[in-house]
Amino acid sequence: MTADIAKAAGLLFVAAIVQVTLLSEIDVFHGAPDLVLVTLVSIALLRGTVFGAAAGFGVGLVVDTATLQTLGVTSLLLTIAGYWIGRYGETTGRDRTHAPFVSVAVVTFLYSLGVLILHYMLGDPVSASRVLLNAFPFELIFNLILTLPVYALCRRLFRPPASGLEEVQLLG
Amino acid sequence: MAGVLVLLSIALITVYFRESAGGGLHQVQSAGAAVLRPFEVAADRVSQPFRDAYNYFAGLVDAKSENNKLRKQVEQLRQQASLNLSAVGENADLRQKLHFVNSARYPNGFDYVGASIIAQPPSSLEQQILIDAGSSSGIQKDDPVVTGEGLIGTVVRAANNQSLIALLTDDATSVSAIDVKTRAPGIVKAGSSFDHVGKDLRVDSGDMLVTAGWKAEGLSSIYPYGIPIGQVTSVGQNEVDLYKHVQLQPFANFSTLSSVLVLIPKKR
Repeated sequence: MTADIAKAAGLLFVAAIVQVTLLSEIDVFHGAPDLVLVTLVSIALLRGTVFGAAAGFGVGLVVDTATLQTLGVTSLLLTIAGYWIGRYGETTGRDRTHAPFVSVAVVTFLYSLGVLILHYMLGDPVSASRVLLNAFPFELIFNLILTLPVYALCRRLFRPPASGLEEVQLLG
Repeated sequence: MAGVLVLLSIALITVYFRESAGGGLHQVQSAGAAVLRPFEVAADRVSQPFRDAYNYFAGLVDAKSENNKLRKQVEQLRQQASLNLSAVGENADLRQKLHFVNSARYPNGFDYVGASIIAQPPSSLEQQILIDAGSSSGIQKDDPVVTGEGLIGTVVRAANNQSLIALLTDDATSVSAIDVKTRAPGIVKAGSSFDHVGKDLRVDSGDMLVTAGWKAEGLSSIYPYGIPIGQVTSVGQNEVDLYKHVQLQPFANFSTLSSVLVLIPKKR
């Protein structure tokens, strides 16, 4: 468990640094790949609700700190995202091939919507058409492209937990 | 657990939003940003070569379209510069004409119509031009045409909105003229010779010739008196001919004409 925490922290930290220094510069119709979100979804899918929520909270704090944004906004959204995808992984999704892609697609949309709503509530100038119509399609494509390598890496680092059902040899 | 983290996030947002820029959370965030700064710089430096390569190839992709765009822009600017130069020349020309109209040299008893040249002679053999004003502006056949430099010619045909002008240099154009200095009369032909000047009269090289503007027995010259025609360039005579041989250079530069003034008698 400790090893998993260390690996997740390292991976998400690197993802956050790459996101704020490199990927955020990419701008295709205001859309950019979100490596942090894809990494978080992959980890949460493999490690469940608590792990996903905690990872989301932590990496959200790092992103908000590095970008000097309102502290807690990204944390809140990523905590919810991590918990929700963790729940999906724990119940039905983990073993399905399409699960990472579906998760990333849904979370990308909901995360964009969440960002829009939160910034609107905080009184920041935001444009719904810019976020949802212009940026979202390109962000979705970028994130889906990132999903395959990122999920493969996470699957290698975080082996799925044993199902709890072990083969029992009946004696007698 | 997740609920606690959500509440903690909301609390962070609330406190951060409410506190001043020097508040505790802001300071913690600044300290955290300072800690993260070296990692960001390192990531930036590591990614710089890749970013440069991307920008290089992206620049190549954009270069072609940008080149075409700039070429079009250069063409537009060139055309604009050409129009500007043309406007400057036209402005100077119009100023000169205005100066002439307001000067003492402008003949009494005449109104004027300004007109642009819309067609030049197709060859040097045809010394005629077409202007964009005609009978609707009061222009009639035989009206004199001038510029600020001097006499240009006469109207030989006036349509409704166009007129054909025979230039001073046309073979058919003859103008009664007079030497301003010696008062020697004669006839300027085709803008190049001052004919019918008696041998007993004095004409010197460099003298200025103007229209004579004669009147006799109810008839009068179509040209008013005093319009500059040209300058005498050479004078000669021989035993055989009755008159002097006088050559002149017209004041008007016919090759650079862009607009003219047509003089219209107030009383026809």
